[in-house]
Parts: sequence; C-alpha cells; structure tokens
Amino acid sequence: MKTGFFSLFNRAGAWILLLFLVTPALIAIPVSLTPKRFLSMPKDELSLRHFEKLFSSPEWMSSFFQSATIGISTSVLATALGTLCAIGLWRVSSKYSEVVRAFLLLPLIIPQIISAMAFYRLWIPMGIIDSYIGLILAHTILATPMVLITVSASLANFDPKLEQASKNLGASNWTTMRRVILPSVKPGVYAGALFAFILSWDEIVVTLFISKFSVYTLPRRMWNGIRENTDPTVAAAAVVLIAITILAFAFSAFMSRRSASDTKA
Amino acid sequence: MNAIRKSLHPGWLLVAPFLLLVIALYLGPILNILWLSVTDPEPGMGNYRKLFVSDSLLRIFWTTIRICLITTVGSVLLGYSIAYAMVHCHQKQKSYMLTLLLVSFWISILVRTFSWLMLLGHRGLVNNALEGMGVISEPIAFMRNELGVLIGMIHYMIPYAVLPLLVNMQSLDMRVMDASRNLGASGQQTFMRVYLPLTLPGIVASSLLIFILSLGFYVTPAVLGGGKVLMIAEYISVQLLVTLKWGTAAMLAGLMLFGVLAMLYIMSRFMKLSAVFGGSA
Repeated sequence: MKTGFFSLFNRAGAWILLLFLVTPALIAIPVSLTPKRFLSMPKDELSLRHFEKLFSSPEWMSSFFQSATIGISTSVLATALGTLCAIGLWRVSSKYSEVVRAFLLLPLIIPQIISAMAFYRLWIPMGIIDSYIGLILAHTILATPMVLITVSASLANFDPKLEQASKNLGASNWTTMRRVILPSVKPGVYAGALFAFILSWDEIVVTLFISKFSVYTLPRRMWNGIRENTDPTVAAAAVVLIAITILAFAFSAFMSRRSASDTKA
Repeated sequence: MNAIRKSLHPGWLLVAPFLLLVIALYLGPILNILWLSVTDPEPGMGNYRKLFVSDSLLRIFWTTIRICLITTVGSVLLGYSIAYAMVHCHQKQKSYMLTLLLVSFWISILVRTFSWLMLLGHRGLVNNALEGMGVISEPIAFMRNELGVLIGMIHYMIPYAVLPLLVNMQSLDMRVMDASRNLGASGQQTFMRVYLPLTLPGIVASSLLIFILSLGFYVTPAVLGGGKVLMIAEYISVQLLVTLKWGTAAMLAGLMLFGVLAMLYIMSRFMKLSAVFGGSA
C-alpha cells in the first residue's frame, strides 16, 4: 500500500503516543534533584542530597538488598522449574500437554489480587507469612509461567531431529538434555530468568498481602513513600529503578542481538 | 495398558515439579476461597445476594466495569494506531518504536504511578504549567477522581494493547490490500472493508486482554483514585486486611475469577493464547 496522507498522519500520532508512554516517568529525574525537603521541581539549584539520603539510609538499603535476594532466588527457582516444565511439555506434545500448559499459565493471567488472597490464605496456616521463604515461593509461582513462555518459544524453533540424532549416536537422555537441548534454548532461558527477576523485583500486590515487618521489599517501601507523598527520597529511588530498568533492557537487547547473530552464523 | 504407558510419557516427570507446586500452593487456596464465598459467614448464597442488596457493593461493581470498559476502548484505539504505524514503516523506524514501547513496558508500575502523582496533583506540574500559560485560572482536579485513574490505567495498558495487534497485523498478507486498491477501492474503503475486518481477531484479543488486566488492577486506582474511586481489587484488600470479612471478599474474587476465565475462553477462540503472551508453542 502506498503511504497516504492518513498513514503519515497516523505515524506522527503514533510517535507522539510513544513519547507519551515514556516521558511521564522521567519527571522523577528533576524532582529527585530538588534541594528542598519536600516534593518539588528544582528552581535555581540542583542537589544530590536525596540520593545521598537514599544511599545512606539503612532502611532503603536493606530494602534494596531484600528485593535483590528475593528477586535472584525467584529467578533461579523459576528458571529451573520453568525450563524443565517447558521441555517436558514439548516432549509430551499431546492434547493433554496443551491443556496442562494453559493451566500452568494461569498464575500469570489471574488478577494478582486473587493470587494475593490465595497466598495470604495458605501462608498463614503454613507459618510462612512475612518471611523470605513465603515471598520467594509466591513470586516463583507467579514468575515460572514467564519462563515457560520464553523457553517454549525457543523450543518451537528447535528441530526435534537433533534430539533423535543425539540419541541414535548413543547419548543418554541426560546427556542429550545437557548437551543438545539446553544449549539451543539458551536465549529463552536467559530471557525467562530476566523476566522472572523483574517480575519479583517489581511485585507489589502480593507482597502487600504476605509481608508485614520482617520482610520489607523495595516496592513495599516505594508504595509507602508514594502514599505519604512528601519525601523526595522516593523520587531518587524511582530514578535508580528507571536506571536499572534501562540497563536491564539494554542488556537483554544486547543478548538477543548476539544470539540472533549466532543463529545466522 | 498401552494407553496408560502413553499417558505416562517420561516428559511428564519434568513437568511434575511445577505442576504439583501450582496445584498444592495455588489452585488449592483458590478453590478454598471459592468455597469460602458460599460458606463464610454462613452456608448459602448470602454473599452473592449482597451484590443485589448492598448499594455500595453495587456501586463498586459498576465503577469497576465502567472504568475497565473505558480503559479498554481507549488503550485499544491508541494501541491500534501505534501498531498500524509500526507495521507500515521502515524496519529502522519500527525498531526505534519497539524500543520505546518496550522501555515503557518495563518501567516499574510504582515509578509510573509516582510520576503521575507528581504531574497530576492539585499543585502538580500539569496544573502549574496550564496556569502559567494562562489557560486555566483554577487547578483542574485530575486526581482523586475517575479521570486520574483512567489516565494512569490507559497509559499503563497501551503497550499490552499493542502487542497482540502487532502479532495480528504482521501476519496479514499485504497483497490482499493491494488487490483491493487495484480493483478500484479507495484507501479509506480498503481500510474499512478489508484491513479492519482482517485485524478484528487482534482487536478482540487485545480488548479482552486489557479488560482482564484492568479488572484486577490495584496500584493505579488505589493511588490516583485517592480513596474516592473504589474498584473491586481495592475493596477486596480492605475487606481482608482491615475488616477481615473473608466471605464478601471471596465472593468478589469468585466473580472476578469467573469473568476472567470466561473471557480467556472467548479469547482462545479468536487467537492462540500463546501468541498473545509472547510465546509460539
């Protein structure tokens, strides 16, 4: 189709919309540089005092540490479970396995408030409410479907004949898995691990329900800061989060480009 | 015997750990909640009847539906425009657009909500700027009302709306559109009578996805609604964490769950769900 007036008009509109998607979040940057003690735009001078406060505050630092611990544990667990599950479903490949796959994606789709209720309901009698174990388990259940999706996507491009060839050449199931299947789904595994980490790192709804005092993640502290809506330290924390997001994004773009050029070569 | 051996494919061993985890720690408590909705505080359909008796519950129910519908229409319309532009431009421009889309997709919901708080507040930047330019004399109330919730939600949902549309539009055979033009249809006719119907599955999938996601949305309504716009998710959390009424909360969760499952079912008839969620199993 020739590019008509309407298309050009729409393209301009799309660019404006895309900028509208990204720019509002950037407002945290100037606000975090205000020299004042309350949330405001800096007028004449800029100051890094809120970043200083953020990095010297034991509460914020402990939250960073807790979120990182929970995020990394979740990512490791979810990646292991999700990769195994994806390979299993791929090998079974029957009517039943598709039903099971749909079922296993539910934690990702069911509204988080319902998941939060479910975990809250069960974690109390299990005695793991407000504990690392409780949060890691809950986040793992929510994040594993992500890994399942990304690894399944990689498997869709994998030629099953390679697996047969490996077995015909005398490799055991385990060797085939380790030396043939896993290397070829690596991009999906990495992407899944990253998504699982981000999901946990950013998760607030379930966290609000199943943590109280002893575990206080970064989103939880941000949430409180947002609700009080006075302290510019929150803006500094938001800037740090944006920076981390962009780094993670650049990293994953780099990885996927590298794996794309690998497959070409 | 053969059937049993077939159903016990060794692949299931790899699936088992996560499957058992989900059944025990996720499905179990969800079924328990559904059970609570008909047994707490007393057995029967009392909790569900409340929906028709209690004015406040009814209002929350309709507020939720209304906000979800407007969010869906808004974000799918805007998402359609973005997806269309992305499919019909050069590869390089498209990859820039995709980058912006994904960056916004990845920025924490808390950061975005916080930003809207800065921008839309009574003394926020938008009001200050408009007053500075002399456009308005009184600050506009963007927050603690539905307008603020809608702005925050549509902004959050647009990337989710674009992705299914993009999948759908990329799969179209553009020669059909060329054929339509060659047969004498105008650009507008081609769009309305050929392109739009062909993208209908994408529109349906994207709408249902946004509706499902909006239905259980908690963060943005709670912050930008400022307690004035009560949606089901926030009401559930108040019932559980403040007033400790499991029955009512369980009933609302049950309704939400059935709504979501029904929509997923409809959606699966229009599009392979795995395509929507990024995989291609």
